[in-house]
Amino acid sequence: MLDNYLKLIWAYLKIGLFGFGGGYAMLSLIQREVVDSGWITSQMFTDIVAISQMTPGPIGINSATYIGYVVTGSVWGSIVTTLTVVLPPFILTLIASHYIQRHKQSPFIKGAFMGLRPVVVGLIASAAMLLMNSENFGYLNSERIITIAICIASFCIVYFTRVHPILVIILAGITGLLVF
Amino acid sequence: MNNLYLQLFLTFCKIGAFTFGGGWAMISIIQREIVERHRWIELDEFLDLLAVAQSMPGILAVNISVVVGDRLKGLKGSICAALGTILPSFLMILAIAIFLTPDTIKNNPIVSRIFKGIRPAVVALIIAPVLTTAKAARINWKTVIIPVAVALLIYSKIPVISNPIIYIVLGAIGGYIYYMHDLMNKNRKEADDA
Repeated sequence: MLDNYLKLIWAYLKIGLFGFGGGYAMLSLIQREVVDSGWITSQMFTDIVAISQMTPGPIGINSATYIGYVVTGSVWGSIVTTLTVVLPPFILTLIASHYIQRHKQSPFIKGAFMGLRPVVVGLIASAAMLLMNSENFGYLNSERIITIAICIASFCIVYFTRVHPILVIILAGITGLLVF
Repeated sequence: MNNLYLQLFLTFCKIGAFTFGGGWAMISIIQREIVERHRWIELDEFLDLLAVAQSMPGILAVNISVVVGDRLKGLKGSICAALGTILPSFLMILAIAIFLTPDTIKNNPIVSRIFKGIRPAVVALIIAPVLTTAKAARINWKTVIIPVAVALLIYSKIPVISNPIIYIVLGAIGGYIYYMHDLMNKNRKEADDA
């Protein structure tokens, strides 16, 4: 029991401390910590991302709250995990807000972020690639034809139009209900 | 409503409860509430605080609430603001976790069909920002090797090598070295010219 809590704390400490580049870039870190460790399946991870897109709030918090509850079966698991993902950045940001303002544009931060930008692209790509599996696209070829079509159509809508992602998820859900 | 702590908490609660999509979507709403509506901070100071929040790891929306709360009311202010940002999504997701368990998603025939349709759409939602961030990072034929290598190595699932933390640390250190090297070259060139 305590073991689960310690593992959750260790995982979400890492996610909080190394979470650069926004929610989507954080996905690859979260995926590594919670899917590879066997806490949840890749399918459940995708479901959590979907739920987190449809509810307000940052995905880092949403995933911590959900996974904290699923792993421990207790509200305390949610509270501990959510506070863990927030605490290290909270302390660092507080320290930074007192020091960085004085020497703004520090060359370290400027250079570091220049180097992080192309890495973030790779992080997001890896998260997408790791989710392209049978758990999310179906085991049967007949299913895969439909799921791949949904994926391509959703991509085109999100990338080429200004339609809100939530609407895309709702449409995909309706399609699933009608087709499967 | 004279208590600034309470106002900070409630304002960030509102921001947390009504913004979908996290950090970047939240910035304009936070700016509207903090700078335009409450006039707690001037715009250029807000932009400075934003730069600090962005340069730290973690969840951007929380980091912004920390710097704004700290600027107005110190440590206690930053705790009030951060809790305000976290609380609405925490409560909502907790309710979902309790009622929409992984077993429900699997075993309820209607929910399971809905999620079968949603999963491939979620993958598409993650592919789209790959392209938009690549554009923003001005990835070209010379630098495309970095995201491609990072994505493949993480995807490889080879122990240690597939850990994303490695590439985050390497990217930051590499960027710093490149930046300093570039700066030194520029300075040398200017010295030569003069």
